[in-house]
Amino acid sequence: MELSEHLFRRESGRLVAALTRIFGIHNLALAEDVVQDAFCRALEVWKVRGVPDNPSGWLMAVAKNRALDIVRRERTARTFAPEIARVLESEWTLAPAIEEAFASPVMRDEQLKMMFSCCHPSLPEETQIALVLNTLCGFGASEIASAFLVGRAAMEKRISRGKKILAGEKRLFDLSHADFDSRLSAVRRALYLLFSEGYHSASSETAVRTELCGEAIRMTRLLLEAPSAAQPETYALAALMCLHAARLPGRIDVSGDLNPLLEQDRSRWDRKLADEGLALLDRSATGEVVSAYHLEAAIAAAHDAAPSVEATNWKAIVQLYDRLMEVAPSPVVALNRAIAIAQIEGPESGLEALHAIPDAGRLSRYPFYPAALGELELRRGNLDAARSHFSSAAALARNPVERRFLERRANVCAPE
Amino acid sequence: MSQFLYIYRVTAQSRQEAMGTPERAQQSMQRWMKWMADLDARGHLKDRGQPLENTGKVVRGQNAVVDGPYTEAKDLVGGYTIVEARDIDQAAELSLGCPILAGGGSVEVRPVMKMDM
Repeated sequence: MELSEHLFRRESGRLVAALTRIFGIHNLALAEDVVQDAFCRALEVWKVRGVPDNPSGWLMAVAKNRALDIVRRERTARTFAPEIARVLESEWTLAPAIEEAFASPVMRDEQLKMMFSCCHPSLPEETQIALVLNTLCGFGASEIASAFLVGRAAMEKRISRGKKILAGEKRLFDLSHADFDSRLSAVRRALYLLFSEGYHSASSETAVRTELCGEAIRMTRLLLEAPSAAQPETYALAALMCLHAARLPGRIDVSGDLNPLLEQDRSRWDRKLADEGLALLDRSATGEVVSAYHLEAAIAAAHDAAPSVEATNWKAIVQLYDRLMEVAPSPVVALNRAIAIAQIEGPESGLEALHAIPDAGRLSRYPFYPAALGELELRRGNLDAARSHFSSAAALARNPVERRFLERRANVCAPE
Repeated sequence: MSQFLYIYRVTAQSRQEAMGTPERAQQSMQRWMKWMADLDARGHLKDRGQPLENTGKVVRGQNAVVDGPYTEAKDLVGGYTIVEARDIDQAAELSLGCPILAGGGSVEVRPVMKMDM
């Protein structure tokens, strides 16, 4: 049997969650050791005997046995999860309790509790994301560090600091807690940032970006499996991720170069993912609140639905940006709005809108502000101005992919 | 064709290299499976062998049974495989593809003694 892609990484989050239910969050490191141990055994046995028919079940069985051993051996010396401490004390109830921790619905809830716990309000957002990637998605510190262009030591520190806070909690976040809604919105925010990180910047390696986006989608789908978390805003978040991710194959070309939306080969877009996004967007259209996620998803849907740049419903897009400016105003939103305006009214109006961005100062380090100026100057034939804008944009590029793209744009403006 | 025993020796470092993160563990696994499948496809794989636990006993003399192998040992025998090859040179050459080497582990290649009856 073939190994399915990322099997270990996927199983890691599920197993750690189940084991944490038994050992307690304060023993997170122990749970991680048991999982590591199960992978070691799998590596030793599978490489000789081949992959078993049910690899997940195999790993789970090893983890269960280890958990049983550990609880039996250490129950006098160590305290385990307070919720089930009594059950673990007796041989009669111990095995069924461990069995239960590995049942699918329980594992799912444990992963959710872990996700909610990782998004603790006292942790900075970047730490929340790193913790989700580490404990739930099975990425190592070195892998997260390279995806976020952070040094390995710094990332290890960030994760261990976060884990200390996690382990200091008596128990994982209770999904029936009164703070559920506010914590849920923190979780959505973290997943949104995780997705954006994969989609927009950081690592220039295509594979890493796609994986981060994929993980953000997987975690959001997990969230949707829980009735209490499957709120309209969560559907909208899932929709926006799918609708954006559908365009990823067109965004980066074979040579790893960035293609702007206006120049993408739309036949490379992932139609299946786009359809899934549209279905999710439909499901998000209940209730009274139109969140920023709803609006962003609707904008993405308008792009996905358009067969070409010319056939795009720019009017609807500008209106959506107008509403987004009311719900969640930001200079980046204003920048995108200006670009959409230029599509309808021409480059002059676009430039006017760009110059009118209220707190444009916050965009001073953002390469796509000068790039947008360059694009519109180029469109109205102002080559010198365009070239100089693209050069300043290239100087602000955050990674080689962006730099190559912006330098290419600057070269386009070279006089004949 | 003669038979040869591959004895896999792993070091703490090679284990770390192979197991550092779930993704790396998976890559190691894939490399091992590919290597084994390749040996098999070329008709060299006689017996896939068995993996060994890291712990056990070491017995020396009458009353000297101790827990072992020693943890301070530089490398541990992690398992074995029996291959068929033309001669020791070919057997050694075939072992060069073993993924254990990448992390600083080693493969000991020992000819199985031929019994002339």
